Amino acid sequence: MTIERAVSPAQRAVEVLGGDLTEATLKRYLDGLPGVDTVGLEQRAASLGTRSIKTTSKAWALDRIIELIDLTTLEGADTPGKVRSLVAKALVPDAGDPSTPRVAAVCVYGDMVPYAVEALGDAHAAGRVTEPGDGLINVAAVATAFPSGRASLPVKLADTADAVAAGADEIDMVIDRGAFLSGRYGLVFDEIVAVKEACRRADGSFAHLKVILETGELNTYDNVRRASWLAILAGGDFIKTSTGKVAPAATLPVTLLMLEAVRDWHRLTGEKIGVKPAGGIRSSKDAIKYLVTVAETVGEEWLQPHLFRFGASSLLNDVLLQRQKLSSGHYSGADYVTID
Amino acid sequence: MSTHVSVPKTYKLYVNGAFPRSESGRVYEVVDSKGRFLANAAQASRKDARDAVVAARAAVGGWSGATAYNRGQVLYRVAEVLEGRRAQFEDEIVRQEGVSASAARAQVDEAIDRWVWYAGWADKYAQVAGNANPVSGPYFNLSVPEPTGVVAIVAPQDSALLGLVSAVAPALVAGNTVVVVASEAHPLSAITLGEVLATSDLPKGVVNVLTGSPAELAPWLASHADVNALDLVGASALEWIDLEIAAAETLKRVLPPEEGPDAAAPSLARIGAFTEIKTVWHTKALI
Repeated sequence: MTIERAVSPAQRAVEVLGGDLTEATLKRYLDGLPGVDTVGLEQRAASLGTRSIKTTSKAWALDRIIELIDLTTLEGADTPGKVRSLVAKALVPDAGDPSTPRVAAVCVYGDMVPYAVEALGDAHAAGRVTEPGDGLINVAAVATAFPSGRASLPVKLADTADAVAAGADEIDMVIDRGAFLSGRYGLVFDEIVAVKEACRRADGSFAHLKVILETGELNTYDNVRRASWLAILAGGDFIKTSTGKVAPAATLPVTLLMLEAVRDWHRLTGEKIGVKPAGGIRSSKDAIKYLVTVAETVGEEWLQPHLFRFGASSLLNDVLLQRQKLSSGHYSGADYVTID
Repeated sequence: MSTHVSVPKTYKLYVNGAFPRSESGRVYEVVDSKGRFLANAAQASRKDARDAVVAARAAVGGWSGATAYNRGQVLYRVAEVLEGRRAQFEDEIVRQEGVSASAARAQVDEAIDRWVWYAGWADKYAQVAGNANPVSGPYFNLSVPEPTGVVAIVAPQDSALLGLVSAVAPALVAGNTVVVVASEAHPLSAITLGEVLATSDLPKGVVNVLTGSPAELAPWLASHADVNALDLVGASALEWIDLEIAAAETLKRVLPPEEGPDAAAPSLARIGAFTEIKTVWHTKALI
């Protein structure tokens, strides 16, 4: 979807850090962020995971989870046929129940974008703002030498521009974790700004930029907080936990921490940034914990596809099984959903 | 003077190779034949049944994919470990059923004998139930029995060990995995059998033992879409017609209730009840 911005991306940093934007001021700002209370964070996340969600709320939550899913296939063995079957599932998640909502987006490698766009046809959001229930589906593409991010900047920018030109509505980029961990925040910042610029379409609008922090490689919660602020300052529309290729992928404490950064940014500037936990969320039960965490941290208004997403492939089937249980009254089985 | 204080066992469920309490936190009192308190047993809920089915489903691939010879060896191993624990089983049967020590010993003997008998069939059953069919053409035509999948069992209710063994062992032979609801009145031997299974090289999830109310659990297992077969051998006191109707919704194989001392008597039919015949054609030559 397209986001209209009052300021160009890098200006976010200029406004918050002052006019003299250098690597030193950036580093001073990020290193000046308060440290994370690890015990408190994990306890808070654990307590948010204990809420009991009863039938009607659960039915709502299951449908909303589907509407927030980026249905993903990111395998070396992906083919156009696999992408078409993924799109078919995105359009009709449960053939036995036409009331099942559609997912928010399909997430594929850049070279698969044309096949996804073609298979979606009229259901492709194509830059339109989507709302739950309108049946429109975005195409998200991973770019910038996903998942490692180990390529030169021109290659990353070409990768991004190529996906946008092919019709991707959203770009999932990875940050340079090596540079981040060695303290070269300016390099990471400049890359995000440059990729954001590469997301510009011919008509001047921007493809939505999700910045993958790969929290499994950042080692500490303090680093996750710094990386979250860095990604927001540099112009990311979304901050995303993981590629799904590194363990641990998304965890509840890390997502809570990123949501807190988003909440603080909203208080500071009034601007709403999205969050996408990705990888490792396989059960409806886990996904509901994330919904509770979002609602309790940044508010229920964030439970919208343009502000919160699940990056997942196997989650959808589990949600469908739970929906079938709620509608039929008996437990369902894997034979009653499609094989991914 | 001995200062030892006896440490009573907490009887829990046996699900996915572990011994969890019921997620509901419920327990019920198990009493002996004279109504005296014996122990608290976990009272499984429908969610425990659901978890057990998930575990059983996950175990189908490994257990059915193991060679028949290997399955037989593992089942023999169960009988060996059962033999080593016979004093404990005899003691529990005496306390639960109120029978004499010799009757308890006879029940354990019979249970071990049946287990060994079924273990022996593991690598022989396919030869008996399968066939090379004569067909009018240059083809090999082979019929082989394949396991049905996840089998839910309501164990015989009047027997502590023998009924349970007689219902569970045949389902395992062909490579099925099992969720069994133990006798409600005599559940202690079932959990002790779980301890035997857990230490006998049986992969986790192949057998899952639930204790509690069959009337509460059976409808959820009968209607569960991920359960492939239903053995109602111990369900004569339940509304078992309704259970069969619920099972029909998802085309399960169903065995009806049996009563009396011959319930679930050893037979090839009990192995065959939880198999599907697969027939394959193969050309005899390419020229």
